[in-house]
Amino acid sequence: MNFDYSDDQKFLKNEARKFLDAHCTAAHVRKVLDNAEVSHDVALWQGVGEQGWLGAAIPEEFGGLGLGRVELCAIAEELGRACAPIPFASTVYFLAEAIMLAGSDAQKAKWLPKIAAGEVIGAYATSEGPGTVNPQTLQANVSGGKLSGTKIPVTDGDIADLAVVLANENGKPGLFLVELAGAGVTRETLKTLDPTRSVAKITFSGAAAERLGDAGEGFALTEAVFDRAAVLIAFEQLGGADRCLEMAKDYAMDRYAFGRTIAGYQAIKHKLADIYVKNELARSNAYYGAWALNVGAAELPIAASAARVASSDAFWFASKENVQTHGGMGFTWAVDCHLYYRRSRQLALVAGAPKTWKERLVRQLERRNAA
Amino acid sequence: MDFNDSPEEAAFRTEVRDWLTANAPEKVDTKKLSEPELLKLAKAWQAKKAEARFTCMTWPEALGGRGATPIQNVIYNQEESKFDVPRGFFDIGLGMCVPTVMAFANDETKQRFVAPAVRGEEIWCQLFSEPSAGSDVAGLRTRAVQDGDDWVINGQKVWTSGAHYCDFGILLVRTNPDVPKHKGLTMFWIDMKAPGVEVRPIHQMSGGSNFNEVYFTDLRVKDSQRLGAVGDGWKVALVTLMNERLAVGGSTGPNYPEIMELARSTVTETGSALANDAFREKLADWYVQAEGLKLTRFRTMTALSRGQTPGPESSIGKIISANQLQDLSNAAVELEDQFGIITDTAIAPLEAAFQQSLMWAPGLRIAGGTDEILKNIIAERVLGLPGDVRVDKDVAFKDMPTGR
Ligand SMILES: Cc1cc2nc3c(=O)[nH]c(=O)nc-3n(C[C@H](O)[C@H](O)[C@H](O)COP(=O)(O)OP(=O)(O)OC[C@H]3O[C@@H](n4cnc5c(N)ncnc54)[C@H](O)[C@@H]3O)c2cc1C
Ligand SMILES: Cc1cc2nc3c(=O)[nH]c(=O)nc-3n(C[C@H](O)[C@H](O)[C@H](O)COP(=O)(O)OP(=O)(O)OC[C@H]3O[C@@H](n4cnc5c(N)ncnc54)[C@H](O)[C@@H]3O)c2cc1C
Repeated sequence: MNFDYSDDQKFLKNEARKFLDAHCTAAHVRKVLDNAEVSHDVALWQGVGEQGWLGAAIPEEFGGLGLGRVELCAIAEELGRACAPIPFASTVYFLAEAIMLAGSDAQKAKWLPKIAAGEVIGAYATSEGPGTVNPQTLQANVSGGKLSGTKIPVTDGDIADLAVVLANENGKPGLFLVELAGAGVTRETLKTLDPTRSVAKITFSGAAAERLGDAGEGFALTEAVFDRAAVLIAFEQLGGADRCLEMAKDYAMDRYAFGRTIAGYQAIKHKLADIYVKNELARSNAYYGAWALNVGAAELPIAASAARVASSDAFWFASKENVQTHGGMGFTWAVDCHLYYRRSRQLALVAGAPKTWKERLVRQLERRNAA
Repeated sequence: MDFNDSPEEAAFRTEVRDWLTANAPEKVDTKKLSEPELLKLAKAWQAKKAEARFTCMTWPEALGGRGATPIQNVIYNQEESKFDVPRGFFDIGLGMCVPTVMAFANDETKQRFVAPAVRGEEIWCQLFSEPSAGSDVAGLRTRAVQDGDDWVINGQKVWTSGAHYCDFGILLVRTNPDVPKHKGLTMFWIDMKAPGVEVRPIHQMSGGSNFNEVYFTDLRVKDSQRLGAVGDGWKVALVTLMNERLAVGGSTGPNYPEIMELARSTVTETGSALANDAFREKLADWYVQAEGLKLTRFRTMTALSRGQTPGPESSIGKIISANQLQDLSNAAVELEDQFGIITDTAIAPLEAAFQQSLMWAPGLRIAGGTDEILKNIIAERVLGLPGDVRVDKDVAFKDMPTGR
């Protein structure tokens, strides 16, 4: 058993940290936060492409680096830590994973090299309203290769070139690839809890759609894609949660109240210890998810669900108690605590809220026990 | 023990309801109004209430109240909460600052200030917290030096809610740094528009700017603006803070009825989200908390109506309400699932009330005493447990260890 990153992976992670320390400071994140017209950090997006991260897990035959998923997890952890304001998850964890999982040879050959080269921004569109979309509520419909319907919210939907869309065709749910620059696509940028990530409402009225994967498999494939994305996102959440703990600790060590540093008060010590414990449990669950993802283990659905639940909880707790540790300062726009508070909500919602994953986890456990 | 209105209380409730029905302003879409526009509406409503003596009700008639019982006050608030009236601008002033003025100012000062404050013509703010003195407010550094009949004040306050629209404030300053910190403080009232006072808004994480930094540069105040004796500022401040226990902690933002409605209208694979067992359990917990809190307040009111003062046990209120608001708002956002990220008021359920309270709740856990400080108060003042080891009590303020 080796339940840690390898030396090479640690090296990669360290290089990623150095790169992001230089190119993704809080000032970079705030440029996106503070300007409604700025959807993402374009220079960072280019830089990340030049680093090869977009194709880290894409096979070499399709223009990627052909590294494993664990390497991608290491990069994700650093992106989460830096609160990177780029469409990385939408493009790499959702779109590329969906194509690698369900794409035909032609679709892989057409799109994966473009993703690896940074020529395509992706999106994954399932939601149509408040609550979780399900086979009874799904409205989007494809007929004669044309998609109609409304998807809201779609992360990066306003800047994406290519979206995977969940829709019915002949009464059967499927996934469809839709080029968003084409006819029949209207997009509206939305205000959200995390302005450092872009979100849109997309209305399709007869947009050209090409099926991805088998007819009738739309929900099953979405679950499989979300399992992969959930593991990768868990690492972003972990990176963010670790950063919150660091910020809280640094602040507490220097902040005096009643003639002593607040770090010496047990209320603060226990709070930081609670964050640490949650982060470490999340890390272990995330590592298990990384392993399952990397080797394509049958346990992936359970491992991914556990990673998602643990990391969502850890990041939420760390981000809110980091604010609390900073007192009034933590509640200001100028101090960075809220960047992570916002991002923790974004990451907890983007692949479906933790409560749906808890339900999915238990369903998987039942299935395993029955077998 | 009786939770029904007595005949007198029932009669009062009818009177209140009739008056509110006849006088409450028409419902306006407050989300579309700017702060100055809201303030104007709030002032107009306050004036109306003052005329009918439905504000500061427990104060004596001579000071603008009606000598009402705390229970009558509760009845009024219950009835008013059913109407969509402007709220929030006068709570700190009338709940905390003016009572302090009433307790410590001379008659002339009271004559001048109480009535206009009650009518909403002048608003007051609380200038206590400083960059290095929040939980430890007695560690404040803003300095007042006597110069003849004047005091000259230099320093900085922070987090002053409403300072940008307030007319007056109560200001806690250090007059003697050579004695232990609690003994060198003095309280003044000040004119927020006086030369030497500069208000700079602070952009808060929830987006708006409800609070401010306030800088004092050679601000001159008269010795007659002093509230309480020189060096007695802490004693005066405790009166303000005791009133804060009653003024804050009221529930703000959506609560269990709102999330129940959200769940009812959210469709899941197995029907309405309200049918979900895990959600039902949480809902039950929120109800028990919210009602427990409301009823605990009634117990406080009962104690008050028997002439007792509000004790440190009222600290329970804000710990519960602020944390519940954060927890419940987050659960609502997650109930909406991916859609929960949207804050557009035209799109998000309940005009994004849950998303807004999610961003506001962290402030509530800090304002008016943090969770941690309130728990210390319960442990030490209510349960009588010993305090932390103190290094700051008996040294001269100027010798106290400080950080950022
Ligand atoms: C099932 C069991 C098996 C054990 N086996 C062994 C054994 O094999 N060998 C052995 O030597 N001992 C053993 N112990 C003893 C154990 O190590 C002690 O009970 C434990 O360290 C607590 O010490 P105490 O009982 O004196 O409680 P105290 O130290 O008096 O603690 C009482 C309470 O105060 C809290 N407390 C104490 N100090 C602080 C602090 N600084 N900050 C915050 N809270 C504090 C504690 O958390 C606890 O809640 C065992 C105990 C149990 C319950
Ligand atoms: C929305 C809002 C409105 C406000 N309005 C006003 C106002 O109108 N007027 C005004 O004067 N002030 C106001 N305040 C200031 C508020 O009272 C202070 O922010 C608060 O008391 C905390 O002080 P601080 O920010 O300096 O944090 P600190 O005191 O530095 O606290 C930092 C952290 O340390 C913890 N801590 C501190 N001491 C201890 C201890 N002994 N034991 C355990 N933990 C400890 C705290 O709980 C917190 O988690 C407002 C604050 C907010 C957020």
